[in-house]
Amino acid sequence: MTRADVAAAILWTGATLYALFGGADFGAGLWDLIAGDAKTGERPRGLIQRSLTPVWEANHVWLIFILVVLWTAFPEAFGAVMSTLYVPIALAAVGIVLRGAGFAFRKSIQRLEYRRAMGAAFALSSVLTPFFMGTVVGAIAAGNVPAGGNGDAFSSWIAPLPLLTGALFVASGAYLAAVFLVADAHRAGDGEMEGYFARRAMAAGILAGAVALFGLIALHADARYVFDRLIVEGLPLVIVSILCGFGVLALLLRGARRGLRPLAAGAVIAVIWGWGVAQFPYLLPTSLKIGQSAAPGPTLDAVLIVFAIAAVVVLPALGLLYWLTQRELLNE
Amino acid sequence: MPALDALPVAASDSNLLAARELMAFTLGFHIVLASLGVALPAIILTANYLGLKRSDADAMQLARRWSKAMAVTFAVGAVTGTVLSFEFGLLWPRFMERFGDAFGIAFAIEGIFFFLEAIFLAIYIYGWRRLGGWAHFWSGVPMVITGIGGAFSVVTANAWMNQPQGFSLDAAGKVVETEPLKVLFNPAWGYEVPHMILAAYMAAGFLVASIYAVGMLRGRHDRLHRLGMLIPLTIALIATPIQIFVGDTAARSVADHQPAKFAGFECIEKTGTHQTEYLGGICTDDGVKGAIGIPDLDSFLVGFSADTKVTGLEDIPAEERPPANTLLHLSFDAMVGIGTALLALGAWLAFAWWRRREFPRTPWFLRAVAVSGAAAIVALWAGWIVTEVGRQPWIVQGYMRTSEAVTEAEGIWFAFAGVLVLYAGLGTGAVLVLRAMSRRWSEEGEDVGETPYGPPAAEPAP
Repeated sequence: MTRADVAAAILWTGATLYALFGGADFGAGLWDLIAGDAKTGERPRGLIQRSLTPVWEANHVWLIFILVVLWTAFPEAFGAVMSTLYVPIALAAVGIVLRGAGFAFRKSIQRLEYRRAMGAAFALSSVLTPFFMGTVVGAIAAGNVPAGGNGDAFSSWIAPLPLLTGALFVASGAYLAAVFLVADAHRAGDGEMEGYFARRAMAAGILAGAVALFGLIALHADARYVFDRLIVEGLPLVIVSILCGFGVLALLLRGARRGLRPLAAGAVIAVIWGWGVAQFPYLLPTSLKIGQSAAPGPTLDAVLIVFAIAAVVVLPALGLLYWLTQRELLNE
Repeated sequence: MPALDALPVAASDSNLLAARELMAFTLGFHIVLASLGVALPAIILTANYLGLKRSDADAMQLARRWSKAMAVTFAVGAVTGTVLSFEFGLLWPRFMERFGDAFGIAFAIEGIFFFLEAIFLAIYIYGWRRLGGWAHFWSGVPMVITGIGGAFSVVTANAWMNQPQGFSLDAAGKVVETEPLKVLFNPAWGYEVPHMILAAYMAAGFLVASIYAVGMLRGRHDRLHRLGMLIPLTIALIATPIQIFVGDTAARSVADHQPAKFAGFECIEKTGTHQTEYLGGICTDDGVKGAIGIPDLDSFLVGFSADTKVTGLEDIPAEERPPANTLLHLSFDAMVGIGTALLALGAWLAFAWWRRREFPRTPWFLRAVAVSGAAAIVALWAGWIVTEVGRQPWIVQGYMRTSEAVTEAEGIWFAFAGVLVLYAGLGTGAVLVLRAMSRRWSEEGEDVGETPYGPPAAEPAP
C-alpha cells in the first residue's frame, strides 16, 4: 500500500464517519419534516431536537475533514470535482447554511410562526443537502468527472446513477436516523416514540434497499468498471451490507434493541467501502488514479500525521461528547 | 520568480471580479463570527471563573447568557466557514489543484482544532445544568486553546499566500516537492497570526462591551451591566496596545517583503527617502490629493530614520500593482486610526480606574464604548481589505495570479446575488434571535427554570 493509498483510506474513513453521523443528522431532519403539524409532530420533533442539539456541529466537522484531506492530498481530483460539479456542490452549500441556521434559530426563538419557518428551513434543507451530495458521489462513480476538470455542468449529475445515489443518501440517512432515534427513545423510556421510529426505520430500510437495487442497475449501465469490480472484489462487502440490513429488519420485527445501531451502521459502512473497493485504484473512474493525483510525499506524510493526531485526540473527545449525551448530562 | 505568466489567463475579467466580490463578502461575514468563536470563550470563562471564585451570581449569569449567545453565533459561523471551504474549490479551482498540496496543510491541522472546538463548545454550552461547577468550567478551557489554534492554522495559510515558501515546482509549474513545516512557518505567520488573534479579541471584547454600554445609556445601571461591560472591555483593552505593536511590526515586514502592497496602502508614487506619511486623501498618479501629510514620517516608520528608502509604485511593473489604491489606503488608515482611538479609550479607562477605582462617570465614556464594537469590526474588515486587496494581482504572491486561479464556471454574479439574499436572511435572523434572547433576559430578570448546576427542568417542546 502506498502512502497515497493510505491517504485515500483516510479520506474514505472520513466519508464513512460523515455518512454515519452527519448522515443520521440529515435523516433526523427528514423525519422532522414529515412529522406533521405542530401538535402531532411535537413529540418526535422534541426527541429529534434533544438528540441532535449537542452533537450536530461536531458531526458536521467530518465534512470539513473530507474537504481538507481531499484538497491537500489529492488537489487535482478536488479541482476536477469542483470545476465540474459546482452546481450540486453549491446547492449543497446553500442547504448546509439553511440547515444549520434553521436548526440553531428554531431552538432560540419562541414565537410559533417563526419556529415553523425556521423548522421548515432546517428540515427541507436536511433532505436537499444529502441529495445533492449524493449526486456528486454518483457523478464521480459514473465517471462523469474528467481528470482535468471542467466536465459538463449539468449532464454530469442529472443522470440516472447520480440521481439515484442522491436518493440513496437521503434514504440511508433517514434509515440511520430512525434506528438511532429508536435507541434514544428506548433510553428515555418513551415506548410510543420507540414504536414510531421503529416503523419508520423499517420503511426507510426497505426503501434504501430498493433504491440501492435500482442503483446497481444504473451502475451496470453507466459505470461498468465500478460495477464489475463491485460484484467481484466488492462482493463480500455487498453481502455484509445485505446481511446487516436484514439483521436490522429482523431485530425491529422482534422488538429487540440490542445490536440495532451497530448492524444499521454496518450496512452503511459496507456500502461505502464497497464503493471504494469498486472504484479502486481510481479516484475519478476511469480517468484519474489515486497515485496520479496524489500530493508530494511530505504533504501526504503531514496528512497521515494529522490523521494520527486526530485519532488520538479527536476520537476520545468525540467519545466523551457522545457518552455525556447518552447519559443525558448535556441539555439545554 | 518562475515564468508562469506564459500560462493562459483563464477567465474573463467579469468572472474574476464576481468571484473576488463573492469571496470578499462571504469572508467579511464569516470573519466577524470567527472572531467571536476565537475570543468569546475566553471572555465567557473569565466571567465564569469570577463567578465561581467569588460566588458572584451576576458574573455567573453573564457567563451563562453569553454562552447561549455563543451557541447561536457558533452555529452561524460553522456554516459560513463551511461555505468558505466550498468556495476555495468552487471559485478558485485552479489555485487549489495547483497549490492545494502546500496551501492545504494548514487547513488539515485546522480540521483538528475545529473538531475539538465543536466538541467542547457543545459540552460547555449544554453542560450548565448537570456538570459540577469547576468540571464545567474546565470543559470550556479547551475552546480557548482550539480557538487560538484554529486561528493559527487558517491565518498561516493566508500568510503563506503572502510569503509562499516550502515547495518546489517543475517546469510545468506543478508542485513536485513540499516542506510542510516551511509552509506552516512561513515568514509572514509570525505577525499575521497574532495580528488576527488580537483582532478577534478586540472585536469580540468591544462588541460585547458595547452592548452593555448601550444598556447603561438606556438607564440600566445595575451591577450586571457594569460587569457585562467591564469584563470584555478590559480584555479588549489589554489586547489593544499589543495589537498596535504587532501591527507596526507587520507593516514594516510588508514594506520589506511586499513593497507593492506597502506602496499601495501608503499611496507612495515615487521611490525615495524622506517619504511623507499621508493620512486620508485620494491616491492619484501624481500623488495623494486631499490628505494630511506628515513629512518624513513614513520613512521613519519603515526604518526608524527619515533616510530610509521606500519603494514607490512607479518602480512596480504596472501589471503587478495592487488595484484600487484609494480603497487600500483608506482601509489602512481606518484600521490604524480606529486602533489608535481604541488605545486612547483604554488610556481613559486606565486613568479613571487609577484615580477612583471606577470607570469614567461621563456618559461620553459610555457613548465611546457603545461605538467601539462597531468600530473594532470596521477595523477588522479594513485589515482584511488591506491584506487581500493589497496582495492583488496575486493569489500566491509571485507565483500565481488571481486571474489564473479563477473558475471558468458561468453565473458567478448570479451566485453572488443569491448569496447576498441568503446571507441577508442569515444576518437578520441571527440579530433578531440574539435580540429576542436579550429582551427575554431583561424582562424575566432571572432565567426562569434555568438554575445552573441544578436538576434538569422539563424540556420545552420545539
